[in-house]
Amino acid sequence: MIKIEMTVNGRPVSGEVEGRTLLVDFIRQTLLLTGTHVGCDTTQCGACTIHLDGEPVKSCSVLAAECAGARITTIEGMANADGSLSSMQQAFQDYHGLQCGFCTPGMVMAATALLEENPTPSEAEIRHHLEGNICRCTGYHNIVKAVQAASGQDVTPVAAE
Amino acid sequence: MYDFDFERPTTIQDAVEALKAEEAIAFSGGQTLMPTMKQRLAMPSKVVSLTAIDEMKGVRLDGTSLWIGGATTHATVKRELAESYPAMSSLAGRIGDPSVRSRGTIGGSVANNDPSACYPAGTLASKGVIVTDRREIPADEFFQGMFMTALEEGEIVTAVKMQVPERAHYAKFIQPASRFPLTAVYVAKFDDGVRVAVTGASEMGVFRWTEAEEALSSGFDAGAIDGLATPDGADMISDLHGSGDYRAHLVKVMTKRAVAAA
Amino acid sequence: MPKDGGIGTSPKRREDVRFLSGTGRYTDDINLHGQAYAVFVRSDVAHGRLNGIDTEAAADMPGVIRIFTARDFEGCGGVPCGWQITSRDGNVMQEPKHPILAEGKVRHVGDPIAVVVAETLAQARDAAEAVMPDIEDLPAIVDMKAALADDAPKVHDELSSNLCYDWGFVEENREAVDRAIKEAAHVTTLELVNNRMIANPMEPRVAVGDYAAHSDESTLYTTSQNPHVIRLLMGAFVLNIPEHKLRVVAPDVGGGFGTKIFHYAEEAFCTFAAKQLRRPVKWTSTRSEAFMSDAHGRDHVTKIELALDEDNNFTALRTDTHANMGAYLSTFAPSVPTWLHGTLMAGNYKTPLVYVNVKAVFTNTVPVDAYRGAGRPEATYQLERIVDKAARELGVDPIALRRQNFITEFPYQTPVAVQYDTGDYHATMDKLLDIADHAGFEARAEESRKKGKLRGFGISHYIEACGIAPSNLVGQLGARAGLYESATVRVNATGSISVMTGSHSHGQGHETTFAQVIAEMIGIDADQVDIVHGDTARTPMGMGTYGSRSIAVGGSAMVRAAEKVINKAKKIAAHLMEASEGDIELKDGQFTVAGTDKSVAWGDVTLAAYVPHNYPLEEIEPGLEETAFYDPANFTYPSGGYGCEVEVDSETGLVEVVGFAAADDFGNVINPMIVEGQVHGGLAQGIGQALWENCAYDADGQLLSASYMDYAMPRSTDLPMFKVDHSCVTPCTHNPLGVKGCGEAGAIGSPPAVVNAVLDALNRGGIAVDHIDMPLSPARVWAAMQGAGANLGAAQPAARSEDTAGGRSVGTP
Repeated sequence: MIKIEMTVNGRPVSGEVEGRTLLVDFIRQTLLLTGTHVGCDTTQCGACTIHLDGEPVKSCSVLAAECAGARITTIEGMANADGSLSSMQQAFQDYHGLQCGFCTPGMVMAATALLEENPTPSEAEIRHHLEGNICRCTGYHNIVKAVQAASGQDVTPVAAE
Repeated sequence: MYDFDFERPTTIQDAVEALKAEEAIAFSGGQTLMPTMKQRLAMPSKVVSLTAIDEMKGVRLDGTSLWIGGATTHATVKRELAESYPAMSSLAGRIGDPSVRSRGTIGGSVANNDPSACYPAGTLASKGVIVTDRREIPADEFFQGMFMTALEEGEIVTAVKMQVPERAHYAKFIQPASRFPLTAVYVAKFDDGVRVAVTGASEMGVFRWTEAEEALSSGFDAGAIDGLATPDGADMISDLHGSGDYRAHLVKVMTKRAVAAA
Repeated sequence: MPKDGGIGTSPKRREDVRFLSGTGRYTDDINLHGQAYAVFVRSDVAHGRLNGIDTEAAADMPGVIRIFTARDFEGCGGVPCGWQITSRDGNVMQEPKHPILAEGKVRHVGDPIAVVVAETLAQARDAAEAVMPDIEDLPAIVDMKAALADDAPKVHDELSSNLCYDWGFVEENREAVDRAIKEAAHVTTLELVNNRMIANPMEPRVAVGDYAAHSDESTLYTTSQNPHVIRLLMGAFVLNIPEHKLRVVAPDVGGGFGTKIFHYAEEAFCTFAAKQLRRPVKWTSTRSEAFMSDAHGRDHVTKIELALDEDNNFTALRTDTHANMGAYLSTFAPSVPTWLHGTLMAGNYKTPLVYVNVKAVFTNTVPVDAYRGAGRPEATYQLERIVDKAARELGVDPIALRRQNFITEFPYQTPVAVQYDTGDYHATMDKLLDIADHAGFEARAEESRKKGKLRGFGISHYIEACGIAPSNLVGQLGARAGLYESATVRVNATGSISVMTGSHSHGQGHETTFAQVIAEMIGIDADQVDIVHGDTARTPMGMGTYGSRSIAVGGSAMVRAAEKVINKAKKIAAHLMEASEGDIELKDGQFTVAGTDKSVAWGDVTLAAYVPHNYPLEEIEPGLEETAFYDPANFTYPSGGYGCEVEVDSETGLVEVVGFAAADDFGNVINPMIVEGQVHGGLAQGIGQALWENCAYDADGQLLSASYMDYAMPRSTDLPMFKVDHSCVTPCTHNPLGVKGCGEAGAIGSPPAVVNAVLDALNRGGIAVDHIDMPLSPARVWAAMQGAGANLGAAQPAARSEDTAGGRSVGTP
């Protein structure tokens, strides 16, 4: 077993893992942060997207042991300090950017990372950036709108098109 | 996955030492290797991560000579080459998706030599040289067929060197499920000739389409491709997503498009 | 009552907060104290004789608790089928046993053979690999037409053949249809494949079994669209657990799309093993496992013929379909190609004569069952393709040909049993052409031409039967269950309300929409209403969510229960205000007496119901809680016009969807935002089927599209912004809300629109192609373009008549 320490959502955590333990399993099973989901086993669906040292990564494709000393943010760490939804989370609710909610945490993490890199992305840039996050419910329409809205761009209100 | 020992050395020397263990494998981002291991198609005794080796990271440009550390992520290459080598930046920025790009590395990509990977084409076309812990290998000799390279047991890709061409473009036609290239062509024009490297198409992995190179070297124009015979579909991959003939056809179409956009 | 929360408004979804903050509770988030982990050993061959299973080495591995094989399930039933079809010859369908774990034979890649239960998941996986089944390969049969040959290998040795049933509908019309086709001025014929799909909800299936020895009660947590159905099927038919000793919980469920309707072996296994081992047992599907264990969808091969008279009126329609059942009959599988398909073959058209023949076939593939739309997309695809082909052959406008044959008078009795209550197909067609800017198409086509692209516009006008279904009718049709829905409206003393519904939300947003309805009926704030679903211990017997039935059937049950509550509350209010019950009105949360200024608040009445000091105890009981079971009088019939605009890259065959418009008539709408979201998602799945998604097997029964590396899920970059509209409203006449349902429409109406658009683009570009089978991948479109001279089109030989290579979704490019 390998002993690891890291910072998750601003709090120092530690644990023992096998070499093969995936970061997502450490997050879900050791830290009991079950907001990060597993939707595939081929590094494609993006439901497990978290931020590792500020960059979006698929936590199903990173070994926990590789993250010793890293700074990690999961969906549970995205709310504002007062507990309210972040502007990205709020935009997803306002623009109906989620249905079953399963891909949503990864989608929010990916979208948040986009705005850090590109504060006012075009529709095409948003779609390109979210290519690695699969949603089966929304057809992406309202996800794209939510990200546009979260970046302060004008979008038509829901159910008024 | 099968269990394994894990090491994350901070120097190339330590990594080479760690890889001397029986059935040890190098792991440089793992965006291709990890799914393989999850399917239990690989059974390493030890995984040696190369992502903490600072001397293997970064992008350096000296005139037209480019050095990219083996452990440099696609995201970094995309960012660092945006001005100096936009075609390669564009290639890096279209590999996988942002999450894959923030973990996957150029060293991992060329060492794996997936027949549908992007970097082997870019490297081959850009007069690449693969730098390892023990030698330098021209890309023409390095890529030896599907998942086959000139690497020896325990040898690490520490950097990839390239020449920045006068003009270049990477035209990629994706396979709709994996988003890997179904066929993609990297065209690079140098003052002494043109290189055309094709990925995704051939049963033999990445290759140079020499007929196109000759035609383009005497006139760098998309029209020069029209007169060429389509490569033989029998040599191409045929699967659920496209026949060999279709891929052969795409080689020609993508080459033309790359030239037109370069 | 503020109007921003009632019927017809779009309040934000209350369930979103937990999903957005990572506090949703999906089945895999449930970890019970002392739980063990199950890993299934599955067949890697499509067909083989199982001569034995060597579990010795595996049993000795670290952490292994027990290894289960078929022998452990002696005395248990198989996975039951919920629908029985009768063949044309009067015989009932052939119904093989579907064991929990393979008995004697394996019949598809993924067929479960054994299960390892261990202390940790990793240990269970390690040991599962050491289980050694002794399998003698048998020839596999994957091609439906070949499967029906006399000398074909049999999937089930005990059956007379691989034919499950041979169904004719309406059998009495058969000769008249044959005659009409023979005598027609024009007959258009088309053979086509409705490609096999994998539903792929983003949450893979999970089951957690638990057993309480002190009370002899079993609990199953599962990713289900209908927990009561699972309780009934698993308790009564598989494990012999009486329903009062079995609780099934389906908590937050990450999408269903049909594939989570069915009862699966893994659910029964975890429930069974938990009792055997006296500890909780958990199974979590990997995505790779899901590809070979979740029921697949579609996979029909059809020959369709449309007869027209000299004025282009449709006179008769005849279809001949092979429907793949896979290796076993999944829960609703037999009903999909029959009652959910044949009854819709009239479409929007007044074709007087229709005959449908369906041969359901066993093959060595994963079982096939309902997938979003289930039967109705197959019907719509055939109809909307054949009408387009007829228009091209006759040289008439496909829109005009549709309009000419539209049904315009309602109610309309179709020749295929069902009676449409309402609809206005010209209205939705008009609306579609408007929002799609059909008038501007030629100018856009010219722009595309300048870019070197071929632009096309394709149309489809669908009808579906939703709000499933009148129980007495489906009983006659072979259903082994009723299809009512239930609700309990429990009013608390302070006036807040809990609604326990048998419907189940796995993305549809019932917690928001159902609360809107109750809030409107009573005139209180929606925040005062809580919707409880997904737990057999907390909700009355319900049939769950599928077939766009939640609001039409579940919502109706809730309305009926709320009406009972309101009637009783009015009695109490009348007593409190010393007025006649007939004069009491309820509005904005106040009971008033007509013609007076007397009033009493909702909360005062509810308090009186539970503190019955001043109360008519001699007339009514205390308390305020009512249950209703609603059995619909008819199906509902949503309809709509869909238009797809594509650009085709003539050099590569790549199709880009550059515009998609949908004008639906869903009857009354509770929450427009949610309805639009449902349509968006359905469109993505329908466009996905048309262009990318394909579950393909090779001739040996190996699954080729076995992961997201080869099964193409629609991505964000693949789709445009959609234009959707639901302003055409003909309310349903037979349910209290006038609603029709919206969940499946997008997936039903879109595939033919996409295919028609691509063919339009090619033909406008001078490339004569009649048909290309879905998915219209670049390779297939390109191949069709190369074969244009022969005018064959199809890159997939499957649908070409006598071609035996073709009775299925062949995995060739």
